[in-house]
Amino acid sequence: MRWTEQTRIGLSKMIGITVLLAGFFLAASLCLGAPADSSRTPNIFKPVSTPGDSIFHLSLLVLAVTGLIFLVVFSLIVYAVVKFRRKIGEDGREPAQVYGSNQVELAWTVIPVLIVVVLFLATARVIHSTQDAPEPRGAIEVTAIGHQFWWEFRYPQLGIVTANELHVPVSDPSRPTPTFLTLMSADTDHSFWVPRLAGKTDLIPNRVNHMWIDPYKSGLYLGQCAQYCGVEHAEMLLRVYVEPREQFDDWVHAQQALAVSDDSANEGRRIFESNGCINCHTVRGTVADGSFGPDLTHLMSRDTLASGIVPNTEENLRQWIQDPDSMKPGCLMPAMKLTDGDLNAIVAYLETLR
Amino acid sequence: MASETIAVRAAEAGRRTIAERLHDWVVTVDHKKLGILYMLYALCFLVIGGIEATIMRIQLVAPNNHFVSPEVFNQMFTMHGTTMIFFVAMPVLIGFGTYLIPLMIGARDMAFPRLNALSFWLTAFGGLLLYFSFIGGNGLYGAGGAPDVGWFAYAPLTSPPFSLGHSTDFWTLGLLVSGFGSIGAAVNFITTILCMRCPGMTFGKMPLLAWMNLVMGGMLILAISPLTAAQIMLSIDRYLGGHFFDTQAGGSAVLWMHFFWIFGHPEVYVLIIPAFAFASEIIPVFSRKPIFGYPVMVAATVCIGFVSLSVWAHHMFTVGMSSYANSFFTITTMAVGVPTGIKIFNWIGTMWGGKIQFKAPMLFCIGFLVQFLIAGLTGIMLAASPFDWQLGNSYFVVAHFHYVIVGGILFTIFGAFYYWLPKMSGRMYSETLAKWHFWLFLIGFHLTFDFMHIPGLLGMPRRIYTYEADRGWQVWNLIVTIGVFFQAAGVLAFVANLVWSLFKGDPAGSDPWDAWTLEWSTSSPPPEYDFARTPVVQSRRPLWDIKHPEDPDWKYE
Amino acid sequence: MSSAAFAEPTNQGQWTLPSRGRVGMISLIAAESAIFTIFVVAYIFYIGKSLSGPAPKDVLTVPIFATVCLLSSSLSIHLAVRALRDARVGIFGLLWFLTMALGAIFLIGTGLEWRRLIFHEGLTVRTNLFGTTYYSLVGLHAFHVTVGLLVIALVMAFTLLGKVTPKYAERLEVFSLYWHFVDAVWIVVFTVVYLVGR
Repeated sequence: MRWTEQTRIGLSKMIGITVLLAGFFLAASLCLGAPADSSRTPNIFKPVSTPGDSIFHLSLLVLAVTGLIFLVVFSLIVYAVVKFRRKIGEDGREPAQVYGSNQVELAWTVIPVLIVVVLFLATARVIHSTQDAPEPRGAIEVTAIGHQFWWEFRYPQLGIVTANELHVPVSDPSRPTPTFLTLMSADTDHSFWVPRLAGKTDLIPNRVNHMWIDPYKSGLYLGQCAQYCGVEHAEMLLRVYVEPREQFDDWVHAQQALAVSDDSANEGRRIFESNGCINCHTVRGTVADGSFGPDLTHLMSRDTLASGIVPNTEENLRQWIQDPDSMKPGCLMPAMKLTDGDLNAIVAYLETLR
Repeated sequence: MASETIAVRAAEAGRRTIAERLHDWVVTVDHKKLGILYMLYALCFLVIGGIEATIMRIQLVAPNNHFVSPEVFNQMFTMHGTTMIFFVAMPVLIGFGTYLIPLMIGARDMAFPRLNALSFWLTAFGGLLLYFSFIGGNGLYGAGGAPDVGWFAYAPLTSPPFSLGHSTDFWTLGLLVSGFGSIGAAVNFITTILCMRCPGMTFGKMPLLAWMNLVMGGMLILAISPLTAAQIMLSIDRYLGGHFFDTQAGGSAVLWMHFFWIFGHPEVYVLIIPAFAFASEIIPVFSRKPIFGYPVMVAATVCIGFVSLSVWAHHMFTVGMSSYANSFFTITTMAVGVPTGIKIFNWIGTMWGGKIQFKAPMLFCIGFLVQFLIAGLTGIMLAASPFDWQLGNSYFVVAHFHYVIVGGILFTIFGAFYYWLPKMSGRMYSETLAKWHFWLFLIGFHLTFDFMHIPGLLGMPRRIYTYEADRGWQVWNLIVTIGVFFQAAGVLAFVANLVWSLFKGDPAGSDPWDAWTLEWSTSSPPPEYDFARTPVVQSRRPLWDIKHPEDPDWKYE
Repeated sequence: MSSAAFAEPTNQGQWTLPSRGRVGMISLIAAESAIFTIFVVAYIFYIGKSLSGPAPKDVLTVPIFATVCLLSSSLSIHLAVRALRDARVGIFGLLWFLTMALGAIFLIGTGLEWRRLIFHEGLTVRTNLFGTTYYSLVGLHAFHVTVGLLVIALVMAFTLLGKVTPKYAERLEVFSLYWHFVDAVWIVVFTVVYLVGR
């Protein structure tokens, strides 16, 4: 009777664990291999850029090795648990008291050491090729500055300043035009992570970091801040637009222009410039030159507001200016407490900043 | 004369009031009572830390959820991590060591009984100080509440401009105080093991639990001190206008990271090594064989102790260190996996050829074996620094370390409770209830932490109070949250079992498991003086020698 | 199963273990060394990195006299404990008093130097990175000297009351390990702050 119970326990345990693990691997392979239901999923196993590719290929080796180790050792455990369980009905004698075996110990020391050496060599190659890659001529240079809770992007060679949405050209592998980013922070630690393009690199105040991407497939790639930076860390989203060269050049051209001066919005512009807005925001070509908050010169060229959390619509813009805390509680933009008339005028003005 | 005194005392014992008994516990310097105090303290905080985790999981069950505000969520993950490491894992492991070490080496108490008591009360007070922040953290600015800077409190987020009020100071001071308690415990462990072993118990004949607590003590000494130093520096920054981590004055945020992780990484080995000790005591007894490769187990543990002091910056692979630094920490981190793997093989070797009994302690240790294997392998993945550039600071890392701490350490702790509870209380637990505990917790653990790896692979960073719906993370978060309730049910069964056993458990007798180390030679519970006469031993398994005089261990060791 | 069933010892007389006091004190010293190491690392890391304010070579003077006093107190405490072991309690009392005096001179010297730095040179904890790291490192050491000096004063009081006898020599030897440690730390701090850092 107890023998059966023991077997039942042992076997059901094995089955339980195996089912769960199988489920895990099945789910993993589903999400990694099969087409995702949303193309926006920032899946690290679907890279479109060389740093991401290098990591992906390394990860295949690491997963293969660790997978093999798991299968071997797990099988040994399962075998031991099944084969060497106590069966009632046997005498109460103790089994052979074995104290150890030097040969076995040597074997299972040497083999792991060899595995470590192999893994390390493969890893060191990728570290070097990613971190020490020289910057070719023709690379786009971007300076990314992390703020609580938004991203500032400057293109020093092109004279552009924008925020939250990064535009880069597609890089043809035969004649690469990568984007090299210099990473800095204006306040606390942040981290730039767009999984399909590269591994993450931190933005640390009083320190300059570097990373690069060379996406070879155009599209929109999502990411977000990956180092806890304060209350709205979760809503510091990243959008990277990888565009064909002509499209990118058009975008650059549009960004380089000074702010559109639309006479129909003069009233709004006047109110904007006489309120505290200009202390934090820049609109190039006007008196507004604050740098604490994002550059608004071409606000309407962006798809989203508040670092990616809501679409750039008039409704959202109005709500954001009226009460930023209602959309991003704890963010550093104060509620301006404008009258309805002023608010409408300012929104109308901002809507002209294409 | 002596027997009269004892008789009188026994007669009076039944007539002690509650106040007297409580007083006895408060002023005790007896290692057994202090060990139990540590364990009870840890169990209370296990429940509190679990509630904090549950709150987070409910908030994350769906995208853009509004169960709690971002401020509260950020306090939850900070307090959950800090509580579980400093006020659950460390006290319970130090508690077991405090209880067991003298009994296993044939001593009457620890080397410094009053220091022992001081260490417990410092640890306890530190935890209360930390939790007082919920009430008193609202400093003069009206800001604060509990600390919300993450359990590793990176600078400059902890500097006064970014951390208003006193919440960060409660984190700093609570841990500073309990850190002194931990150092006191470490001093006691080392001195006891080195200086109070019974005659015949050379280093080569000490139980593995004693060896591992010795290494743990050494590591605590070297690991807690950097944290203490860094916290003093942080307090100088926050209160005296210092600039240690003030980036505006030229200070370095990365310096805090180095100091913290020089503490932080050895700290997790401080936690796992006693877990290894429990497995090394339980697996042999329930396999009915001695531990396979005792000298190698000792050497591997010492090796892990040393190498783990050189791996800390694998928590900083994304910080922008040079490729040489990244390579160095990659190789040391992979290297520390070798002695760890050797131990897994030795445990399997112990079970091999044995006659395994699937009692609760063994079930939990087998779960530990499988789960620690997986956790070690995901650790190897993270050790490959480019892979860490993707996986670091994501839910993959959160899944990895919970796999180690819950799947590895907590499972062996549950096993240790079931194994030694009969010794501590004199009562057996309910095997049925224990099996319910095991299965419920196992299912919950795997639902939560297996599937938690996936959002990490899909780009979900950690410490976010919500996430966008278009990322494809919601179904995984839902599964993860469901697992929490199974785990809670398992813990409920555990607590119920503990309480039940105290009132209704069968008397355990001194040696319910037919085990072989010295603690099983005393009554259950042991008398206050542990041993009437100091034992003398000749092998690693003194009780085996007595039970098998025709085939004693010392002939083979 | 009673412990009486255990084997009778075959070589019971030869079972010696290290002294608890020494092992405990050495463990404590190891922990304290780790704390000091972190402060020294921070000091060295920030050498030359202050953005403004006085630099070490502008304001620091080498405290030779105080250093000699502190290091001599290590010798005097060692001789004092040896005297106590040899049951020469009077000599012990004198040497113990000398230790206390030398330690006090060191602390007073540190205090005078700090007064000069703060009021005449304008260097405080918040002035710059040098100020922060200097006062923290030297201050942490001075704190440990103070704690040691308090214990020494306590023992001095007990000595004057006639309570200290040769049987306490072992305990005082263990304490003297702490005092030697404080002196060894000072050698490191002195080298890093006044020699290398300037």
